Amino acid sequence: MAYDYEKSIRPGKLPHIWCPGCGHGIVMKGLIRAMDACGLEKKNTAIVSGIGCASRMPGYLDFNTLHTAHGRAAAFATGIKMAKPEMTVICCGGDGDGAAIGGNHFIHACRRNIDMTYVLMNNYIYGMTGGQFSSSTPTGHLASTTPYGNPDPCFDLAKLAIGAGATFVARTTAFHANQIDKLIAEGIKHKGMAIIEVLDDCPTTYGRRNKFRSVVDMMKRLKEIAVPVTAAAKMTPEQLEGKTLTGVLHKEDRPEYCENYAKIIARVQGA
Amino acid sequence: MAKKIALLQGNEACAQGALYAGCNFFGGYPITPSTEIAEVMAGELPKIGGKFIQMEDEIGAIASIIGASLAGSKVLTASSGPGISLKQELIGYACIAEVPCVIINVMRGGPSTGMPTGPGQSDVMQARWGTHGDHAAIALCPASCQEIFTETVRAFNLAEKYRMPVQVLYDEIVGHMRERIVFPEPGELEVIDRPAPSVPPEKYKPFDTSFGDVPPLAAYGSDYRFHVTGLNKAEDGFPTTKAELVDAEERRQIRKVECPEARADIESNEEYLIDDAEVVVLAYGSTSRSARYAVNELREQGIKAGMFRPITLWPFPEKRVAQIGEQVKAIVVPEMNLGQMIFEVERVVKNSCKLAGVHRVDGDPLTPSQIIDQVKEVL
Amino acid sequence: MSAKAEIEIIEAYCKGCSICVEFCPTKVLEMDAFVVKVANADACIACNQCELRCPDFAIKVHKL
Repeated sequence: MAYDYEKSIRPGKLPHIWCPGCGHGIVMKGLIRAMDACGLEKKNTAIVSGIGCASRMPGYLDFNTLHTAHGRAAAFATGIKMAKPEMTVICCGGDGDGAAIGGNHFIHACRRNIDMTYVLMNNYIYGMTGGQFSSSTPTGHLASTTPYGNPDPCFDLAKLAIGAGATFVARTTAFHANQIDKLIAEGIKHKGMAIIEVLDDCPTTYGRRNKFRSVVDMMKRLKEIAVPVTAAAKMTPEQLEGKTLTGVLHKEDRPEYCENYAKIIARVQGA
Repeated sequence: MAKKIALLQGNEACAQGALYAGCNFFGGYPITPSTEIAEVMAGELPKIGGKFIQMEDEIGAIASIIGASLAGSKVLTASSGPGISLKQELIGYACIAEVPCVIINVMRGGPSTGMPTGPGQSDVMQARWGTHGDHAAIALCPASCQEIFTETVRAFNLAEKYRMPVQVLYDEIVGHMRERIVFPEPGELEVIDRPAPSVPPEKYKPFDTSFGDVPPLAAYGSDYRFHVTGLNKAEDGFPTTKAELVDAEERRQIRKVECPEARADIESNEEYLIDDAEVVVLAYGSTSRSARYAVNELREQGIKAGMFRPITLWPFPEKRVAQIGEQVKAIVVPEMNLGQMIFEVERVVKNSCKLAGVHRVDGDPLTPSQIIDQVKEVL
Repeated sequence: MSAKAEIEIIEAYCKGCSICVEFCPTKVLEMDAFVVKVANADACIACNQCELRCPDFAIKVHKL
C-alpha cells in the first residue's frame, strides 16, 4: 500500500491552495511522515504558523492547529509549550514570516532553547503578496520591489539559528523529499529548539522573475546547490562556491527552557 | 476569622486580583509604569505551579498569552503607552479568534514615549478602537487599589464568559498609589471559568453558535482538537470569504457584548449624589477622586452637583448617560487627555444639556478646583 | 520487465507541475493536457520518487 497521508489531513481540504510546483506540498508531506514516524498523538500536538503561503499549512493538518498573525508563530507557540510542556509543538512558515517580521521571536525562541520544532520554508520571496524581496532573497536577484536587483545582503537562516542558540539546526531542500521527513523527525525527537530550514521553490513569484524557465529548473537548481555536510568536509572552498550545506548542521545538548522552569517551580514549592 | 489586610500599590493589587481570579499564566515585557505587575507575577506564579515568561517584546508577550489561553490557561499581560500600541494587532487577533485574555494598561502620557513616569488617560479611545477592523471591546477602569483588585477579577470573569480580550485601564496615579486592601476570602468574589464544550470531540466546532453568541472554547491538548485563524472564519474555524458567513460572524462578535443582556451584565457604574443633581461630573479612574472632592465642595456651596463614574468604560453606558443628560443642566467631563470620552458623552446626550470638558496633559493630576471652576462656568 | 508498483493518479489533485515526470528515473510518467498520466507502467521500479516529490498529493505508489 502507498503511504496514507489522508489520515493526517482534514477531510475535504485537498487540493491545497499552493501553486503548481510549489514545494510547500512536498514539505507538508515530509512533515506528515515525520510526525507519523515519531508516533505523535494528534490531540497532543500543536502546529502553529504565521502568515504567508507556507503558513497555510496547519489548516490542512488534522491536529491542534493555530494560524496566527504575521511573524508571530514562535511567540504563540512559546505560550502553548509553556502552558502545556507535555504537548509537542511544531511551527511552520516561510522565510519572510519567520526571519524578517518574526525575526525577533525566532531568535529568542532559539536562545531559550524551548522544546519546539520549527520548519522554515525558505523560498527567497514573499509569495502571497506577489513576490516582494525578503530577508533571504539573494543580493542582485529580482523581486517586484527590487526591479533593479536586490541591493540587500541576505540572511543565512541556519547560521542565524545556530548563532541565536538553537540546539538542533538542519537544512535540506524541497528536492530532497526523502530527507525532509528524516530531519524533521530528528528535530521533533531533539529536546530543545530544532530548526529545519527547507530551501523551497516559488515558481510563480520568484522563479519567473529570476530566469527559471520551469518548476523543474528550480528543482534542478536545489539539487545542484545542495552539498551534504559530510561531503563538504572533503571539498575545497572553490568547489563549495555557490553551494549550500545540507543535513544536520548543528546539534548540542543544553538545558531546555520548560524543564528549567519546572525546576524553578519545584524549588519554589519545596522551599 | 479576620480578613487579610495589606497596604498595597495599585499594580500589586492588580497582580493579587489576577491570582485570586485563577490566573496561571503571565507573559510580559517590562515597561513603566506597569512593570510591578510582572514583578509580582514572576514571584507568585511558580508558587502555585503557574507560568511566568518575560518575552522578547510586547507583541511576543500578548502572543504568548493567546497561545497559553488556547492551551487552557487563564492568562494576563500588562503594559503601558507604546507597549499597548504594539499589542494592538494581537488584541484584534484575540477578538476575531475569540480567545479569553486580560490586558492591563497602566496609562501614562503620550503619544510615543511621551511621559513614561507621568499619568494619563489618553488611551480610552485606543481601548475601544485601537485595533483595526470592526470589533467589540470591554474595558474596565478602576479608581482605587481595592477596586483594581476587584475589577481585575471581574476582567478575568468577563474574558472567560464572553471569550474575548478584556482590558483594564488605570492611570499611573492609581497604579503607583498605595492603599489599604482588604483581601476577599476565597469564594467571596465570583470566579468564572470558560464554559467547556458539551458536545463530543467529533461534533465540536470552535465557533458553534447553536449554544448562543458565545461558543464554548475547548483547550489544545484535550480530547478536542480544532483550528484557529485570524482570518474571517466559519463556525468550524476554517477561513471563509462567503459574504453571508463573514457578515454573520462579525455581527455576532459585536452582539455578544453589545446586546442588552450582555450590557446589563458588563456595565458597571458608580452614581454619587445624582438623584437631585443639576450638574453631573462624569469622571473615571483617578480623576474621579478629584471629581468626588469637587462635588462635595460644590454641594457645600449650594450647587446641586453629582458624579457619574463609569467603571466599565466599554461598552459605554449610553442609556444611563442619556437619561442623566435629560435630567441635568450640564455635564462636565474631566479627563487627563485633550478630550476623548467627552465625545462619547456628546454622542449620547446630543443637545439635551450643556457639556464642558476639563483637560490636562501636563503630567499633573486634575485638581478639584479645576473641576469646580469649570462647573461654575458652565452653569 | 514487469512493473514493481501500480501508480495511482488522483487527477483532481494534479496541478500539472511535471516534477514527477522529470525526475522519474525510468520515464514511467508523462504529461497529458497538464495532468500526469502513466505512460509506461511496466518500467516502474517502485522507487517512490514521484510520490515523494508530488507537491499535490496526487500520486500514490502501490508496491506490488
